[in-house]
Amino acid sequence: MMLAGFEPATYGEIYLNERPINNVPPHKRGIGMVFQNYALFPHMSVAENLAFPLQLRNIGKAEQEEKVKRALDMVQLGDFGSRRPAQLSGGQQQRVAVARALVFDPELVLMDEPLGALDKQLREQMQYEIKHIHDNLGVTFVYVTHDQTEALTMSDRVAVFNDGIVQQLSEPSALYENPQNSFVAQFIGENNKLSGTVTEVRGDECAVKLDDGTMIVADKVNVDKVGDRTTISLRPERVEIVPTDDHANTITGTIEELIYLGDHIRVRMNVCGNNEFVVKVRNRGERWDLHQGKQQAIGFTAADCKALDPVA
Amino acid sequence: MSDTTTNTAEKLTTSDGKPLKASLAKALRRQKMRALLLIAPLLLFVLISFAAPIVDMLFRSVQNEIVPETLPRTVTVLESWDESSGEIPSDVVFSALRDDLVIAAERKRHTRLGSRLNYEMTGMSSLFRKTGRRVDDFGEIFTEQFENLNEAWVEPATWVSLMASEDWVAAQSKWAAAGDDAVPQPAFVLSEAAKQALPRTADIYSGFADVIRTEDGDSPTQEEPWNPVYAALYDDLIENPDAASSYSGAMAELLLTAAEAVPSFEALTAREEFIDADEDWGSLAVWQTLDRYSGRYTDGYYLAALDAQRTADGIEMVPEGQRIYLLLFMRTLILSVVITCSCLLLGYPVAFLLSHLPLRSANLLMILVLLPFWTSLLVRTSAWKVLLQQQGVINDMLVFIGLVSDDGRLALINNATGTVIAMTHILLPFMILPLYSVMKTISPTYVRAAKSLGATDWTAFWRIYFRSLCRGSARVLFWSSSCRSATTSRPNLSAVPPVSSSRTGSPTTSRVP
Repeated sequence: MMLAGFEPATYGEIYLNERPINNVPPHKRGIGMVFQNYALFPHMSVAENLAFPLQLRNIGKAEQEEKVKRALDMVQLGDFGSRRPAQLSGGQQQRVAVARALVFDPELVLMDEPLGALDKQLREQMQYEIKHIHDNLGVTFVYVTHDQTEALTMSDRVAVFNDGIVQQLSEPSALYENPQNSFVAQFIGENNKLSGTVTEVRGDECAVKLDDGTMIVADKVNVDKVGDRTTISLRPERVEIVPTDDHANTITGTIEELIYLGDHIRVRMNVCGNNEFVVKVRNRGERWDLHQGKQQAIGFTAADCKALDPVA
Repeated sequence: MSDTTTNTAEKLTTSDGKPLKASLAKALRRQKMRALLLIAPLLLFVLISFAAPIVDMLFRSVQNEIVPETLPRTVTVLESWDESSGEIPSDVVFSALRDDLVIAAERKRHTRLGSRLNYEMTGMSSLFRKTGRRVDDFGEIFTEQFENLNEAWVEPATWVSLMASEDWVAAQSKWAAAGDDAVPQPAFVLSEAAKQALPRTADIYSGFADVIRTEDGDSPTQEEPWNPVYAALYDDLIENPDAASSYSGAMAELLLTAAEAVPSFEALTAREEFIDADEDWGSLAVWQTLDRYSGRYTDGYYLAALDAQRTADGIEMVPEGQRIYLLLFMRTLILSVVITCSCLLLGYPVAFLLSHLPLRSANLLMILVLLPFWTSLLVRTSAWKVLLQQQGVINDMLVFIGLVSDDGRLALINNATGTVIAMTHILLPFMILPLYSVMKTISPTYVRAAKSLGATDWTAFWRIYFRSLCRGSARVLFWSSSCRSATTSRPNLSAVPPVSSSRTGSPTTSRVP
């Protein structure tokens, strides 16, 4: 909203192509915007909706028509120009909204949860379509979403915001593999938390004494010195139920619950006092002897254990 | 592909073997019937209390049967009269009018006819009233002369045997002998001989017999005929000297002597008698009006509503000083436009605020908007009187703060200003509520979207917000201005003083049925 100019910035500067735009009114920013509820003008046909930004820019009739046609073709709605928005399905309306945001060649396209109103299947389909359009045009898209999967699917770079502060800005893979703090680790993907205190620092690694006394070697990300409180973040799929020599850490826990999910089995365990500890066991056809109440050894590498800032 | 689907659809049947299509249609029909049944009471109510009266009103607005029904004979003979001839109609018409009028006067219908024709021409009412009082004396001169000729002429029995058919006489005497009041008198039947020889006398006599029987409950065998009957007999005998000899019924002798005597009678035509009763009967305008409105249907009321009238030269506007309705229509229209504009001006911001405020404050505001509905219209109107009159609150305030001098107090009431002020107040909620309901449906993202696409504040408002508003508002404006026109015609204290009464002397309402 601030980017588009609908709300004033209380602090800081916004730059677009090295041009400060804080004091530029919304209609002069040249940012194409796609709204959550599409915001197609109901009293205009699809073509009129698309021509609207072109008319405002005093573009000739012939060129207008050509651009409208090109934009409609781009979203595969070439024959729908004369329809009213109310005569289109949700997905079609969304495509028209995208086309309208792109038709006047904006410097930047802002999408504010554009797929929020669509069902899951259509949403996934539209994700790919928007991604393809983006790839073809090469215009920068700013895509706001609460759906982490969507953020990972669609983006080249993801900024995770919390309380108005950017927590981490990086590629989707880095975001998942190397979260910079506990918020990011929790926000993106599933995550096991173990809290403890740093007892030793060795270069990139550190030794952590968990609250129940267990010692763990972890990747030092967000802790400074011995004695700091820390929260260890560990992805469920990185935990193995058959510890090998590679695993710097081997602990034993009690199986609390087994959930069969086809491609994998979710095992909820009580590990070091945390009974929400989840292990994803890939279904490779081996017969694991897993049952509720069994004491089970698990292993994981030090690199997969991220020692992050403590969570209260 | 589509063929196969239709084929299978046709083959589909319900469990009891009926085609699916038919039973689906049946189910839908049943649903429709049930819905119709639910609204039937309302529909019936609207039909009876709303649609039917409107149809009736529309019918009455062109109906003019009272003239041909009250004056059937006159209307028939008047057809051959040319209203542009410049001369009043002949004696035949006057005789017919005499016959019609005496029957109408006996039945007390002539005053209603007079009132009807008074809409078209002032003075008609008193003309008919006055003549109606004297019409039973018309032809008295002939009565006396017939009586002088032979006393038998004033005997009811003479007339009965002259005029009545034998069957009726028999039935009548049987009825009289029975003396049972519960049994109605037999309807009078003319004898064929009388009808042949003395058509006009027979006609008026049968009218006389009917009136005597139905109005007074008496028998024609007991009553001496009215004077006009004698006048009609005179006319018949003068017009057709052979009438008496061709007559073959009872009392032929008496008739023959009368026929011989009539040429020497002292005569007075119907026209002379009418003009003697009221000289307006000699006026061409009276007859033109009567002729113009003698049809069963008339466009007179509609023309009157547009300040027009029918004259010998076709449709014309009424004289300058008598035009009221067009002025009133214009005034209503102008006031309606002014009030709509002021309502829009005042109501738009309120509606906008209502639709954009958070729910809590919007609800409070909504209560304020609806508050006037809790007070009766009459109370609100009276309150405006207190506020607006010359010694009222507003004028007092203005004088107090020195904006106007004490002698220059503003006239805010009983004029257009008062109407606009009070009506704007009364109708404001009717503007705000529909506007609000439309605005509520316009998402604020439309304007944002327009701005993000490059529209300035004004363009976004005009091309997006206002257009969306218009889409839903056409009905709003229509509704509130029809409310307005309807209310303007309600004579309340803020309404414009009626121009009509002072200028034309006839209350405006009297011309509209």
